[in-house]
Amino acid sequence: MLNRLTDSLNFQATALTLRSERQRLIASNIANADTPGYVAREFDFSQALSQATGQRTSGTSALAPSTVRPSSSHAGHLGLDGRPAGNNAEPSLSYATNAQTNLDNNTVDMNRERASFVDNTVRYEATLRFINGTVRTLNTAITGQ
Amino acid sequence: MSMFKIFNVAGSAVSAQSQRLNVVASNLANADTVAGPDRQAYKARQVVFSTTPMGDVGTAGVNVSQVTEDQTPGRRQFDPKHPQADAEGYVTYSNVNAVEEMVNMISASRSYQNNIEVMNTAKSLLSKTLQMGQGN
Repeated sequence: MLNRLTDSLNFQATALTLRSERQRLIASNIANADTPGYVAREFDFSQALSQATGQRTSGTSALAPSTVRPSSSHAGHLGLDGRPAGNNAEPSLSYATNAQTNLDNNTVDMNRERASFVDNTVRYEATLRFINGTVRTLNTAITGQ
Repeated sequence: MSMFKIFNVAGSAVSAQSQRLNVVASNLANADTVAGPDRQAYKARQVVFSTTPMGDVGTAGVNVSQVTEDQTPGRRQFDPKHPQADAEGYVTYSNVNAVEEMVNMISASRSYQNNIEVMNTAKSLLSKTLQMGQGN
């Protein structure tokens, strides 16, 4: 019963974590807008979200090949895919290409990054509102008023 | 909470950009100088940015890896009465190009503003996150 109440909350929490990851990623891109040779990073939010929530719901079938992950005893260890091991919420990053080429090989597209940043900010706040709404609904249900 | 790293990232960029502004300021100030502290004509300086990883994958800050000196020869002007004139009567001025420096300054100031904006947004998002579930 309580599971059903908190399931949507879990989903929103995962979405919020991924939104904050993306926010940080875009902040890194904006910070490196003038660094020669920097390659902008980006990740597909919807894919990362379905991956993160899919792993969570099917987490009980630990013997499925796709959920077997190498163990790590140190924060710097890399997984089989070259990403830091033991972090399921870590989305797989891809490289962004520039709309206009630069002589210094920097691929940060400032217009796109700023648009993504604002977009991500609004969606982060929307997720926060969803969470607040769920909490308010739960509170109303608990107090019965 | 991964968003706290934004302050490190944007902070490193702000400090790198302010160092760039500093260098532009000293270049502009020395645009017309004849001799620097080493008795040579002042050479325009440029900062070189490089990426520094900050822990997680995809979290990258900026630092100034080196400050280079522009080695192009300075502007020479014939002025035998000038105290710094050489044997042939020429005075060597600094090689600062004021137009380039102004463009550099505008670019640095815009990047600075961008990063401050990023920090402000992250701050307001974090403070809203802190108030999560307080029934507003």
